[in-house]
Amino acid sequence: MSPDHSSPGAGHAAQDRAAGHATFLGMLPFPEAAERAVGDSQLRHNLRMATRTIRHKREEVVGELDDWSALRAAGKAVKDRTLRHLDTYLERLEAAVTAAGGRVHWAADAAEANEIVTGLVRATGETDVVKVKSMATQEIELNEALAQAGIIAYETDLAELIVQLSDDLPSHILVPAIHRNRAEIREIFRDRMAAWGVAAPEGLGDDPRALAEAARVHLRERFLRSRVAISGANFAVADTGTMVVLESEGNGRMCLTLPQTLISVVGIEKVVPTWSDLEVFLQLLPRSSTGERMNPYTSTWTGVAPGDGPQEFHLVLLDNGRSDVLADEVGRQALRCIRCSACLNICPVYERTGGHAYGSVYPGPIGAILTPQLRGTASAQEASLPYASSLCGACYEVCPVAIDIPEVLVHLREEVAASPGHRAEKAAMGAAGWVLGGERRLGAAQRAASAARSVVPRRMPGPASAWTDTRDIPEIPEESFRAWWRREGAAEPAPGADPAEPGRSGGDEEGGRR
Amino acid sequence: MSGSRERVLARVRAALADVPAGEAPEDVAVPRDYAPAHDQGETTALFAERLEDYKALVHRTPPEGLAATVARALARRGAGRVAAAEDAPEDWFAQAEAEVVRDGGLDVAGLDRMDGVVTGCAVAVAETGTIVLDGGRAQGRRALTLIPDYHLCVVRGDQIVAGVPQALPRLSPARPLTWISGPSATSDIELDRVEGVHGPRTLEVVIVE
Repeated sequence: MSPDHSSPGAGHAAQDRAAGHATFLGMLPFPEAAERAVGDSQLRHNLRMATRTIRHKREEVVGELDDWSALRAAGKAVKDRTLRHLDTYLERLEAAVTAAGGRVHWAADAAEANEIVTGLVRATGETDVVKVKSMATQEIELNEALAQAGIIAYETDLAELIVQLSDDLPSHILVPAIHRNRAEIREIFRDRMAAWGVAAPEGLGDDPRALAEAARVHLRERFLRSRVAISGANFAVADTGTMVVLESEGNGRMCLTLPQTLISVVGIEKVVPTWSDLEVFLQLLPRSSTGERMNPYTSTWTGVAPGDGPQEFHLVLLDNGRSDVLADEVGRQALRCIRCSACLNICPVYERTGGHAYGSVYPGPIGAILTPQLRGTASAQEASLPYASSLCGACYEVCPVAIDIPEVLVHLREEVAASPGHRAEKAAMGAAGWVLGGERRLGAAQRAASAARSVVPRRMPGPASAWTDTRDIPEIPEESFRAWWRREGAAEPAPGADPAEPGRSGGDEEGGRR
Repeated sequence: MSGSRERVLARVRAALADVPAGEAPEDVAVPRDYAPAHDQGETTALFAERLEDYKALVHRTPPEGLAATVARALARRGAGRVAAAEDAPEDWFAQAEAEVVRDGGLDVAGLDRMDGVVTGCAVAVAETGTIVLDGGRAQGRRALTLIPDYHLCVVRGDQIVAGVPQALPRLSPARPLTWISGPSATSDIELDRVEGVHGPRTLEVVIVE
């Protein structure tokens, strides 16, 4: 909770609200943050409900397409082609957008992107902007930068609105307020809407329909009069210069259609080569994301169209660490991500910890590989993320562009482990290797452990305490399996060797594979 | 152009040092063995069914029943004044009691006072229950179908394709496109879908066969 939650009365200008934003900076490393999160039973309940619903919906609509694996292979390959020739496609995109009447800007990092956008908004003379939900602008903390310049950015996606009104942080890629249930959302609307504009209606209930209606009324006036909008894009087509935004509520259409000036901040990895490549992604994304055959609204635009929509269009191409990710031949595949969030919804770790524990706008399995690569692993927070997984592989199974998240996690763990400061773990692993490597040594160690089982503490002392802070030391059995096997196993034939059970054993060894 | 163009491009090129100099983008194979459509049923029936899944209202009519269907839909809605593109066919409204306001540059407030909007479309996709507007004949500019709370869309049978890959070649990326799949909706509260947020909260579709 941030300290400025008291007295949200009319005396508080929206600008004050905008200035007091929550931030991911200085977050706890994953193990500490996760321990807190799993202790929050309300959070766990909200997440379990929501992820279960979406998993089921996704499974149904993906199951409808008998060529899903072919679409997935194509999606992966299109992205790989783009990434391996990203410079070519970026230049092509720039030329096409410019030819269609748009202006292209290049931002090496967050500070530069924020500076460009701030300058563009200032040039319009406006101090209010409406925003379409965008991960890239969350990543660069654009709203905070605009607030510093006296410009208020109004989030218009329902979940982003909930997060903004409650001065909270997003916890999910698709549904940033997934950690809130309807009762909490009602409280937020009732307490906070007035400080940002139109107040919530009297007697607002917690029916999702009523809450959606309250959001409509709250934002309607603002949509109709705003003159500048900021968006991201799901895809940017290099050949034609076309931007693509998928959404559900119509807030995207409002922002992309009604204002005079549109500024889109787009990561350099969002490029796809051709218009027809969209036939793959417009099937993969909605089904993986919201579990719908198609999302309610998709808008595409190319530069400016006379008499229809914004007459000034700016595309800000954002690097901000992406070229570092691209340089890692194993980690590069993370840039294929189309931000569907299927990996979050399927992840047993995410379901229990929620998104905030990952300390980044990119939570869940994809965040665990993207954040350390975008920001580096120098700090404890980023270095802990590759370990925020059980490597069960469900994320890879559901990924519509076949990002092998476990492979990248292991790769990043190697990187973290090879860096200074991980000596204790390396020493422990080295010792384990020595013990496990020799049969006599292992037997001796097991006998010693069994003898000492009553005195083994629940927590390890010294540097090893970091390990047991988040794990229970397994109970040491009275007798090791190896000892039991020597005593019992030799007395009777093993079931697999029973000749009365054909096919259970021997087949592969004797006759080769059938 | 502004910002660090050369710097970003140089970083990208440096990051791709492992890509052989002679490799062209086309050398990275893209398997295209996915289907153009999925054989999920007769196209028009499938389109109607999928629209209903999104809680859109759907009617099917032969051409001679179109004017009556439009008139009935507008009457049921209680729409006294509806907007339409300047080039929307006159005969669609032949039996309608509602006043039809042709869009000759209505301002936002003017559009907001309309009880609804009646348009055609460019393409429709059966499998996904999608209507695509491209600002072409009978469709008007994007704001026209965005601000009024009720959208009645006339779809001709020959405009419906089965799958998404069949729709893209029929569309020009140079035009601003709006792909519409049901009324506006949100899943942001407990990931449960609720129809009706900022876009038109009611979508009614008349399929002319």
